[in-house]
Amino acid sequence: MHLAISAVDAARLIPDGASLMFGGFMGVGTPERVVDALVARKARGLTIIGNDTARSGIGVGKLIDAGCVARVMASHIGTNPVTQAKMIAGEIAVELIPQGTLAERIRAGGSGLGGILTPTGIGTVVQDGKRVIEVNGRRFLLELPLRADFALLHAHEADYEGNLTYRLTATNFNPLMALAADCVIAEPNEIVPTGAIPPDAVRTPGILVNHLVERPQ
Amino acid sequence: MMDPKELIARRVALELRDRTLVNLGIGLPTLVARYVPPGISVAFQSENGIIGLGAPPPHGMEDPNLTDAGGGFISALPGAASFDSATSFALIRGGHLAMTVLGGLQVDAAGRLANWMVPGKLVPGMGGAMDLVTGARRVIVAMQHVARGEPKIVRELTLPPTAARPVSLVVTEMAVIEPTGRGLLLRERAPGVSVEAIVAATGADLLVPEEVPEMPVAPARPGAEPADPG
Repeated sequence: MHLAISAVDAARLIPDGASLMFGGFMGVGTPERVVDALVARKARGLTIIGNDTARSGIGVGKLIDAGCVARVMASHIGTNPVTQAKMIAGEIAVELIPQGTLAERIRAGGSGLGGILTPTGIGTVVQDGKRVIEVNGRRFLLELPLRADFALLHAHEADYEGNLTYRLTATNFNPLMALAADCVIAEPNEIVPTGAIPPDAVRTPGILVNHLVERPQ
Repeated sequence: MMDPKELIARRVALELRDRTLVNLGIGLPTLVARYVPPGISVAFQSENGIIGLGAPPPHGMEDPNLTDAGGGFISALPGAASFDSATSFALIRGGHLAMTVLGGLQVDAAGRLANWMVPGKLVPGMGGAMDLVTGARRVIVAMQHVARGEPKIVRELTLPPTAARPVSLVVTEMAVIEPTGRGLLLRERAPGVSVEAIVAATGADLLVPEEVPEMPVAPARPGAEPADPG
């Protein structure tokens, strides 16, 4: 049985300087209540790992606005001028990673793999400093696994065991990140009784989830 | 004269093949979805995790869990499928994506594309572009021929490449150009545009055949609901 915690308690679990994987694509599928609580507790020095930094005032964009973030690992920051301005000002370090490579590095991190070989990035700046490995006459980049201290997920439903479902394009990186962090905190839209989610519908087994964030009362 | 972007989109639309998976980039490429030729059924992918995205929903019917890669609200067609980001890029990298249409900043004589950053000016990130150019079976570049008086088709890229691999076809409002092992082949010219004008507006050498036909375009579909995949 999981004990649901408040978003405020979730934010207290996360120390300054922690690395956080955030589900979400332009804020869709991002746990907004946990984001708001991190902003409210004035978190500092966070590393955030995710597809993008959404927009100012949306999703993890709120963490950028509030000065909570020291480092970003993402595929795209073009939609958030605040991230770009803080990067140029030297306040935030940004590492850009091709989107498919980011997904596979997180998958590798959660799956016990030593890395992945991808053709993406060969012949580009992404190749700089990386090992190139030839397999069957084709060249691949060795990309290393990625893990974080916390994974902060948005889910559609959770049951009392922490089994999770996702909805449509709010799925994105969430099920991958559920395997790739030391502590997994999921913020579902609904918490339903154990047994209400058919086994085939479960996308993230509850055993991976450490904490559920309760709905606002 | 037809709007340049519409002309490009309607020419690119003729590259669509029945019952294939297609990913359209943000911006000009999105327009291609409006001109899918009659009798052709295409499944559009958005890399944030859906095949079968449809037109934006009626006002008030938006679902916060259903958006395109630009973050705009969409609908889903009957038969749509949603999936996580690793699956989405497995589709792209694994040879399952028949075609992608992307915008471009530069294409060079070797057919290489640059479309993700301008050093010192614009660093948005590559998003899914590097995976798309590396993995799609065909890569179509849909772009204006010239930007601010400067040719976008150049001898050698001055901007960072998106991938080492040459693209399959470049469609502009002046011409259709195919990168080949021998160089850039001028395949078609836009209605009313001379070969000389194309050569003058191109920064790389073109292979010019004796006959360069006028480019055909997909029919306009007035009144058709634009299925805008973002």
